[in-house]
Amino acid sequence: MQTFSGVGVAPGRVLGPVRQMPKPVQEPAPHAPGAADIPADVTVESQGRRIKDAAKAVQAELRARAIGASGEGKEVLEATALMAADPMLVKSAIRLLSPEAPGGARTAERAVWEAAATVAESLKALGGYMAERVADVLDVRARIVSELRGLPAPGIPASDVPFILAAEDLAPADTATLDPTKVIALITSSGGPQSHTAILARALGLPAIVAAPGVDGLDDGTEIYLDGAAGTITTEPGEDLRLAAKAWATQASTLAAFSGNNALADGFRVPLLANVGTGADAVKAADAGAEGVGLLRTEFCFLDRDDEPSVEEQIAAYGAVFAAFPGKKVVVRTLDAGADKPLPFLTNADEPNPALGVRGYRTDLTSPGVLERQLEAIAAAEAAHQAEVWVMAPMISTADEAARFASLCSAAGLRTPGVMVEVPSAALTASTVLREVSFASLGTNDLTQYAMAADRQLGPLASLNDPWQPAVLQLVKLTVDGAAAASTVLAGTAAAATKPVGVCGEAAADPALAVVLVGLGVATLSMSARALAAVSTVLATVTVEQARNLAVAALAAPSASAARQTVRAQLPILVELGL
Amino acid sequence: MSERTATIASRVGLHARPAAIFAEAAGDLDLEVTIAKAGEPADDAMDASSILSLMSLGASFGDVVVLRAEGAGADEALDKLVKILETDHDAE
Repeated sequence: MQTFSGVGVAPGRVLGPVRQMPKPVQEPAPHAPGAADIPADVTVESQGRRIKDAAKAVQAELRARAIGASGEGKEVLEATALMAADPMLVKSAIRLLSPEAPGGARTAERAVWEAAATVAESLKALGGYMAERVADVLDVRARIVSELRGLPAPGIPASDVPFILAAEDLAPADTATLDPTKVIALITSSGGPQSHTAILARALGLPAIVAAPGVDGLDDGTEIYLDGAAGTITTEPGEDLRLAAKAWATQASTLAAFSGNNALADGFRVPLLANVGTGADAVKAADAGAEGVGLLRTEFCFLDRDDEPSVEEQIAAYGAVFAAFPGKKVVVRTLDAGADKPLPFLTNADEPNPALGVRGYRTDLTSPGVLERQLEAIAAAEAAHQAEVWVMAPMISTADEAARFASLCSAAGLRTPGVMVEVPSAALTASTVLREVSFASLGTNDLTQYAMAADRQLGPLASLNDPWQPAVLQLVKLTVDGAAAASTVLAGTAAAATKPVGVCGEAAADPALAVVLVGLGVATLSMSARALAAVSTVLATVTVEQARNLAVAALAAPSASAARQTVRAQLPILVELGL
Repeated sequence: MSERTATIASRVGLHARPAAIFAEAAGDLDLEVTIAKAGEPADDAMDASSILSLMSLGASFGDVVVLRAEGAGADEALDKLVKILETDHDAE
């Protein structure tokens, strides 16, 4: 028996065979001049045929996969299939086989590698949408080179039986092709709690462990047991672990229901809201009992586009979400482009430090007008539906920015302006920032990355990038206290109403951390719809007094892991439910 | 040599799905069809069945392109391809 441990990012206890994600394709060595490793029977013609055959085989495989796919995934696969046997790509690779080619003859693998690199360069130089297709060209190249070498194709392995996917880390492109009916859990040796792997696992409700060194060395087919809450992986699981997995499967089905009216043990109400991106998400969230939307990510309407969507398109997109929540609160976040979500018409891809660059609300400085048109669309969509619409700006750093955003909202006829608190400066000056707006929502993913100066995607920094870090919890408390102070200062004026502070980051979906956040004075929690039932079940076991005591204990802890352990030890329900 | 001009009708320009549909149709023909932006020399024309070439052509909505082909059935084939370019595939 062997054990591995990492950072558990999505709970669940499951048992199954491991399948490894194939290693990234290695660059074929350039053929050294004068070397004799190209055998005499290998001709330009025979190599050319190999390239054509490999390209056709890759195309056929991608086409076959496209048949089984649907929607956007299908379109991507069809377009990539077309690229695989692209006549221009194949011809330029074959040209590089000839001894007359500049730099001499290449092996078939090397020729494909270089020909695709040239295509990728020229697409990159065109910028915008074309530059985004570079990843597809490189994916096709990796597939053709693997085919030429007789190695398994890169990407998620195909399998008839459900399996646990092991990898070094997953890229956004891999996650798009992941089939949740085949993959039952994710384990990675690298990646952090906010990595794409982690976010995907939470969205799909798959148990997952990241930053577990050694798991990328497990043999295919090895049976393992994993506990996504504890962050542990065990090979050759015994009878006790088999029973634990079975018990989880039963509990998971009973946990799946949320009443839609969340309260603590003493009846104290803490509405649970959902994070959504589209009308379809919103319908699912409403079905899952969400009491509203705490974060509508409007960039989904803007991504994969070269130009700004028209006001009419935006009205339709936002309206589809509002329609799912008549009479309920929907918090709209204005466009959050930049850093990991670049948009060709708004953000500059050449910034040396994109996370600290022109992103979120700041794009209004460089591309004025986009925000005003978006607010206009939100107001028009609100008028056509019954949802109670709140609007917040991402990446607000100062009270001046908050004031300006509030005046833009008011000019558009939007009554409830707010800010995201993701930049530590906004948390530190919450009492002045909140004087300008009606509410705040803590984006704990970015707040953690900025407070700890640790990139969200980096595996080696996973332990810094933990919302349980006492520094992050202090910033949450400062924001809540600042909001209360702002309400008091304004007592007697029209703006004096209580300024609620919500959380819409991944932290809200961690049931133990949700208890701490409520104890710190957070009024609402917003999360993936899948997390609602687990969070609600755990919150129902504590009173507001107990939650406050646990918050005090977490704040006083010397480290993230000590904070987590202290709180978890007081919440026996977590172990009982495997959360 | 047969020649036709066409105005790109897809709002996103000649890439993504519209380019895939066009490249596939051009690839199904027994003829070699080239495509160039209007006003550019015929020598710089690119293979119309190559989606990668179409993408690097960078033809936007409203741009005029020239299609050329030689051989039996070239006129009918080009007429068919012009029709594809002048359809807004996103509106379907």
